[in-house]
Amino acid sequence: MVDISQPAHLRRAFSIYDKKVRAIIYQAGLAVSLAVIVAAIATQTVSNMRQRGIPLTFDFWNQTAGFQINQTLIPYDTLSSYGQAFWVGVANTLLVSACGIVLATVIGFLIGISRLSNNWIAAKVATSYVEVIRNIPLLLQLLFWYNAVLKPLPAPKASIALPGGIYLNNRGIILPAVEFHAGAGLVGMAIVAAVAFTIAFSAYASGVQKRTGKQLPVLAVGLLLLAGLPLAAYVAAGSPWSFTYPELRGFNFRGGQQIYPEFAALLIGLSVYTASFIAEIVRGGIQAVSKGQTEAAHALGLPQGKTLRLVVVPQAFRIIIPPLTSQYLNLIKNSSLAVFIGYPDLVQVFAGSVLNQTGAAVQVMAITLAVYLVISLITSAAMNAFNLRFALVER
Amino acid sequence: MRKIMTGVLGAALAACASTVWAGTLDNVKAKGTLTCGTNPATAGFSVPDNDGKWTGFVVDYCRAVAAGVLGDATKVKFIPLNAKDRFTALQSGEIDILAHNATWTSSRDTSLGIIFAGTYFYDGQGFMVRKSENIKSAKDLDGASICVSQGTTTELNLADYFRSNGMTFSAVGFADEEAVIKAYEEGRCDVFSADTSSLNAARIRMDNADDSVVLPEIISKEPLGPAVRQGDDQWLNIAKWTLNVMLAAEEFGVTSKNVDEMKNSDNPNIRRLLGVEGSFGKDVGLGETWSQDIIKQVGNYSEIFERSIGKESPLKIERGVNALWNAGGLQYAPPIR
Repeated sequence: MVDISQPAHLRRAFSIYDKKVRAIIYQAGLAVSLAVIVAAIATQTVSNMRQRGIPLTFDFWNQTAGFQINQTLIPYDTLSSYGQAFWVGVANTLLVSACGIVLATVIGFLIGISRLSNNWIAAKVATSYVEVIRNIPLLLQLLFWYNAVLKPLPAPKASIALPGGIYLNNRGIILPAVEFHAGAGLVGMAIVAAVAFTIAFSAYASGVQKRTGKQLPVLAVGLLLLAGLPLAAYVAAGSPWSFTYPELRGFNFRGGQQIYPEFAALLIGLSVYTASFIAEIVRGGIQAVSKGQTEAAHALGLPQGKTLRLVVVPQAFRIIIPPLTSQYLNLIKNSSLAVFIGYPDLVQVFAGSVLNQTGAAVQVMAITLAVYLVISLITSAAMNAFNLRFALVER
Repeated sequence: MRKIMTGVLGAALAACASTVWAGTLDNVKAKGTLTCGTNPATAGFSVPDNDGKWTGFVVDYCRAVAAGVLGDATKVKFIPLNAKDRFTALQSGEIDILAHNATWTSSRDTSLGIIFAGTYFYDGQGFMVRKSENIKSAKDLDGASICVSQGTTTELNLADYFRSNGMTFSAVGFADEEAVIKAYEEGRCDVFSADTSSLNAARIRMDNADDSVVLPEIISKEPLGPAVRQGDDQWLNIAKWTLNVMLAAEEFGVTSKNVDEMKNSDNPNIRRLLGVEGSFGKDVGLGETWSQDIIKQVGNYSEIFERSIGKESPLKIERGVNALWNAGGLQYAPPIR
């Protein structure tokens, strides 16, 4: 931009009295002093560590870890490396965060909508839920769930047998393990195809409806496709999977898939807690949509359900999504409280066992911080993209 | 404003750098208290009572260091640490000395920036199971769920033992030893594994102590000892020779009761130990009476052993390998001369 406040012959190319030049000098000064401080801290840390003989390398990454982790989503045994233990921790953190986000969203929406319900009991129950849960520290809730999950359950030898070869005891829930045989891929492809066809059909149907006003039976066709295609593939491939049922041998069940009580407690605790905040966000979002919108929809003859689905919810979503994002981020970060109930997440495994066995505190903490930052930034970016879609609807 | 901030930060950095690198002995003398990191959860070894007063075998070791350095065994500030944080606390200078139930290993001695000063208790890892399981040997533990403290040698030994015996297990790890014990008591695990001293200490505090039994197998060597930061040889010497003073005192029959009479002893070993002859105190950088202060205020090795974990305590641990070398054990103080 050209400065036209002064005639050309009075303007100087560079002057310390120029507001802009001074601003640049200030900014540069600030940047330099920040850089100097960061550099000083880094050099001091490095030299202190070197003097004390603390290694500042990442050599430990490929060394044998030598400790066991009970819940591993990726291959890991006691001969695996510290690096592999890191990925086990990351995977467990992602698992509990992803499940927690889904569950918290479902519970949160149910409670939030219940608070607005005309049913007096439903509304009061929802209100008490929110007020009780969000006012108790999460750590206490986690410890409560861990003990509430553990205490009443019997030892493995007195397991509660549920239908379908499922057992419940204080070591968790033991499910039959699924074993896939050749041909299982066919069923997988059938599911993908069914989903794709359903989406395509519903797009076609809405096109037809826009042009002619005729409604096609989307729900029936979709259900038929989703159930029929995989079933046909399953029969065609000749039952391509089987179950191995857990059986009690020695101390515990062998075979089968185990859901650990630590995971269950953490998942329930995080979901229930975060849901109480989500419920308030949902309620606030719905209430923020002007009453005139509902009245206008009713005046147009839309029934209650369609009013909610087509008029209120899309507008409420715009208000709900940004604060919902920060609740998701909170849930991910809060999952690090796993360390108190023995769930092997990133903090418990990596910033716990690995840090202590290697002594590489600075490196391990730096990596742990970076991982949470990356997970949070990715979640945030995804939610922002989602938000953008809704924001564009605005006119 | 920015100039001031930069100045303050610079000064803070300089201050950090200078306090960290002064000798630990001078630091402790200047502060007037010894900061000792210890385990808050092992009865008999180190545990605070309801009034916050710490007692136990390794607590007495810290008191002995304080008696030697500051002339007053009460001038100790105890910092409770779990297994996971203990070495970091020492590395970072938060504590002056680590008196935990930490095992002396080669990697801890070489790669953590810390160094062990000796062994105050020779221990080994064992297993605790419920009597109702009818388990007689650790070899029968195939498939067991095992509660364990994270960041310990226990965690590593378990993996080694089960692998070399072709058995499987499922570890449930907690940072906090209290949480490990609680999980075992509530039935989350079939087995609680730790050093046998910790197992016994935990058992006497359980509600149903008689329902559990410690298996006979000892699967590892666990020499437990105090640790200090590397690069401060004077402080390492103090940590090392405090322990040796207590051992030598037991060997020569010097106790907290008779230490004053013993100063008149004709035995040159005793005279050198108590600083009546020679320059023991001056050589380690302390006063002439430092060893007398240790023995008088805290006691010799046998006294602290018996009152905290031995015959006079609920734990009733035998001296066993922790007897003096001339009584069939491993405890041996180098000569003082």
